[in-house]
Amino acid sequence: MNRTTVIPFGPQHPVLPEPLHIKFVVEDETVVQAVPQLGFVHRGLESLVRTKDFKQMVFVVERICGICSCIHANCYCNAIEDMLGVTAPPRAQFLRVIWSELHRVHSHLLWLGLFADAFGFESVFHQFWRIREHVMDICEATAGNRVILSVNVVGGVRRDLTPDQIRWMLEQLNELEKGVLDMSKTMLQDYTVQERTRGIGVLSKNDARLLGAAGPTLRGSGWACDERMRGYAAYKELNFVPVVEQDGDCYARSKVRFYETLHSLELIREALHRLPESELAVKLPGNPDGESVFRVEQPRGELFYYVRANGGKMLERMRVRTPTFANIPPLLHMLPGCKLPDIPVIVLSIDPCISCTER
Amino acid sequence: MGFVENIIKKSRLKSPWIVHFDCGSCNGCDIEVLACLTPLYDVERFGVVNTGNPKHADVLLVTGTVNHRNQHVLRQIYDQMPGPKAVVSIGACNLSGGVFKDSYNILNGAHTVIPVDVFVPGCPPKPEAIIDGVVTALNVLGAKMGLVPAPAPARMPGDEDVLQGAESA
Repeated sequence: MNRTTVIPFGPQHPVLPEPLHIKFVVEDETVVQAVPQLGFVHRGLESLVRTKDFKQMVFVVERICGICSCIHANCYCNAIEDMLGVTAPPRAQFLRVIWSELHRVHSHLLWLGLFADAFGFESVFHQFWRIREHVMDICEATAGNRVILSVNVVGGVRRDLTPDQIRWMLEQLNELEKGVLDMSKTMLQDYTVQERTRGIGVLSKNDARLLGAAGPTLRGSGWACDERMRGYAAYKELNFVPVVEQDGDCYARSKVRFYETLHSLELIREALHRLPESELAVKLPGNPDGESVFRVEQPRGELFYYVRANGGKMLERMRVRTPTFANIPPLLHMLPGCKLPDIPVIVLSIDPCISCTER
Repeated sequence: MGFVENIIKKSRLKSPWIVHFDCGSCNGCDIEVLACLTPLYDVERFGVVNTGNPKHADVLLVTGTVNHRNQHVLRQIYDQMPGPKAVVSIGACNLSGGVFKDSYNILNGAHTVIPVDVFVPGCPPKPEAIIDGVVTALNVLGAKMGLVPAPAPARMPGDEDVLQGAESA
């Protein structure tokens, strides 16, 4: 007799605000198979390169994902700059790092909150979202918008930081760090948190490599692999060290993100102190021609852009490969064998960003 | 209209339950909707409760681009909500398709699929604007219950110019 049941998860679901649909085949309480169904967020974004010119596309790629929009724009601009043979001025490189890292901090705090919510620890969720508002304040004061910053342009950045703003930002960052450190005892040592995350959704070191995991999912399984180690933008001049954990379970992944938040705050501080003087953007020599590839590190992992142009104002083709796309095979590997109540914890542990994946 | 019914109607307005559906947004509007519920803005102190179940909800918040695939899900969620109900459309993409308007997979806004009562423009709108949109939606809801006079019908931002152009021509 067939004892399996199929449980649909999503597209509208209280755990995950995004429309992800997964069909779980369960036997009693144990998941046997997970079948994802995608396409609810497909916007046909890559085809827009043929109707908008390459400078306007910066604003479109920012809206691939609102949580890491600045990093998308950073990657796209770098890819076009490579093709044009120009380099953004040093101050712009540092400012790009500052805003990118602010987005990483806000994304990780958001995730830590949602993750706590997934295992039912609602007060931690509210605490993380409360301290996250410091980042939103900084973004609003420096770039004019809370979520989508639109600071990157091809050839540099559009906005500068005044000495007053830098001083204020440093104060805010101190408060933010204090808030994050206050949470460390709960997030890393609490009995409840450990019970719900330790040994759940294990991804072994070898599997992580074979299945092509990216970002914190990969680093939580013991691989020191971070695009920032390549030193794009100003990372080569900053003191960057990747955060690595060995266990490969949900707890290890949350630890990676927690320590990365603190490390990002360090990076922002260092960049603010060493901000060089220069112009903000270079003049572009014409329209792009040829093809180019660029990779950056998103909060969720490696982000990859391929662009091809033919010397006109519009690009010919753009292709984006996002970290969540890379992390879906590891997720489907982690799910079979887990218990039904652990599904939200495991699904969230890869930090799924469906709008990135489906575009 | 009975006495009890009247009390139920007034209570529904005092504590509106909200269901949020993300059609396919970039998460910008979603995290702002969630931010409304977290300590800084904390709409729960006004009795607003976020629920995952459309059958418990009075107000539907829609964010993101409506496309050919998720329009059916949106329609279903709207149909499952008990009446009277109000719909708040949040963000440029949900109003008109926004920056993705020319794309092949996009319907130009949620109002092409379901009736929308309040439009909240912005990319993304600030949490204050979203809260204001919900409060306006409560007026609409009150009018549908016959408790308050009906507010002016909602207009898509940008429609005013078209209307003025039509009048002068």
